[in-house]
Amino acid sequence: MRAFSFERPDSVAAAANAVATRPGAKFIAGGTNLLDLMKLEVEKPTHLVDVNRLPLASVSETADGGLRIGALVRNSDLAADPRVRKDYGVLSRALLSGASGQLRNKATTAGNLLQRTRCYYFYDTTKPCNKRDPGSGCSALEGFNRIHAIVGASQDCIATHPSDMAVAMRALDAKVETILPDGKAEVIPIAELHRLPGSTPQIETILQPGQIITAVTLPPPLKGVQIYRKVRDRASYAFAMVSVAAVVDAVGGKIRSARIALGGIAPKPWRVPTAEHALVGATPGEPAFREAGRALVAGARGWGDNDFKIGLAQRTVAAVLSAATRAA
Amino acid sequence: MSADERKPWALTRRQILEGGAAFAILGYVRPGFAAEVKPVAPPVLPSDPGVSSWPVNMTVNGVEQSLTLDTRTTLLDMLREHLGFTGPKKGCDHGQCGACTVLVGGRRINSCLTLAVLHEADTITTIEGLADGEQLHPMQAAFVHHDGFQCGYCTPGQICSAVGMISEHKAGAPSLVTEDLTSHPDLGDAEIRERMSGNICRCSAYPNIVAAIKDAAGATI
Repeated sequence: MRAFSFERPDSVAAAANAVATRPGAKFIAGGTNLLDLMKLEVEKPTHLVDVNRLPLASVSETADGGLRIGALVRNSDLAADPRVRKDYGVLSRALLSGASGQLRNKATTAGNLLQRTRCYYFYDTTKPCNKRDPGSGCSALEGFNRIHAIVGASQDCIATHPSDMAVAMRALDAKVETILPDGKAEVIPIAELHRLPGSTPQIETILQPGQIITAVTLPPPLKGVQIYRKVRDRASYAFAMVSVAAVVDAVGGKIRSARIALGGIAPKPWRVPTAEHALVGATPGEPAFREAGRALVAGARGWGDNDFKIGLAQRTVAAVLSAATRAA
Repeated sequence: MSADERKPWALTRRQILEGGAAFAILGYVRPGFAAEVKPVAPPVLPSDPGVSSWPVNMTVNGVEQSLTLDTRTTLLDMLREHLGFTGPKKGCDHGQCGACTVLVGGRRINSCLTLAVLHEADTITTIEGLADGEQLHPMQAAFVHHDGFQCGYCTPGQICSAVGMISEHKAGAPSLVTEDLTSHPDLGDAEIRERMSGNICRCSAYPNIVAAIKDAAGATI
């Protein structure tokens, strides 16, 4: 690990300023991803700004009946929050399906959103990687690419975003509250937080240097059945090959609304509005479910080892929709 | 042996030492080592632009500690290399195996994936701090009783993780296999296995680990 200097500011403004004004500075919260990467010298910050003691660790109700989740709320605490378990089951399940008990006790809400890909070549500093070393090339295109993206990728990067939590938050249309280094607040819809790689895969979000996430807000509880289904190589403690977060409202043999976000297949949580619109008013059943699956992976391409994800994603969507409308 | 004596929690520290399972269950501290050894800074690499150090104060196994550490020092390295608590093990050093699990404020974490400087004023408990004098912690006793290990390398992490896991369950936390998220199911095999999936056992002593945890959970809840 490279040496770094350290500070523990006592306000959000001071933390934002510390990272904005010092090249090579990074925030550290739970540290479970950052330190992992620092040990391998994939991440080489020269200065760490400890935000763990900032007052951003509570879950509270918003004026409109939704929830505000502080940036430092630990994944385990959020999953266990009675309000989340009762009204946002898809989020609780997504959190509980990620990492391990120990990691969830450390990992934070903001850190989870900003975690880096688990692409093998991003982690291997002896191999080219455009995300780690811009311009060096993408080793995954012709390498082992079983865990890689089938939609949203580019010729420069086919890495996936590994989060489960973010996929559920995408289905819920969460909003990300931030503070800029100049003190101004900016609210970012979660759909816009993460960028697609294009020719600059090293830039993963629209956040400016020093812009700090302070909270994530959820809308008031949604009608319908909430499901998070994760398909992976082990039953526990593994990243998703494909995951589906869904909130489906179906009554009297008709689907009234459907929100479907996919994980494990793209550089960001993947949602396709046209696929959801097509389900509105549809009769639950295989034809509608298959069509939704097709629309969700429209334009997909595999890179060899990950070709199976194109079919797996569609089958998982159909299975989740079937389960969600069983009682309708 | 009477039935009473066969109860795992009837075992004492001395009996365990005599039985030879001491390293794994109690954690091994060389007598006096923690108190005598001065903190030693890790080697400085020539490429370092400048090593920074930072003061840290925390309570480890009931004793207040004040150290000045290279900022890079993980909590695990502080415990092992600076304080002599070698119970927490460095397995993968990347949060994948759970051998380094300790309790911070009663919550289980991977001590390899956090920095010592992030734990100012925190209270740390390692496997060495679980027993009450001569009396084993019920989880330690249950691991002995059920033979919940073979080589013992993962055992300190398994036991600390299990202690933290039971507190989480007691507080009402659900797991992925909890069918109804608003319910509070008992700790059956499936719940224990899911909640303990962050602790890997290379010897695959899982059936006995699950039995030990189930037993201890019944005894302590």
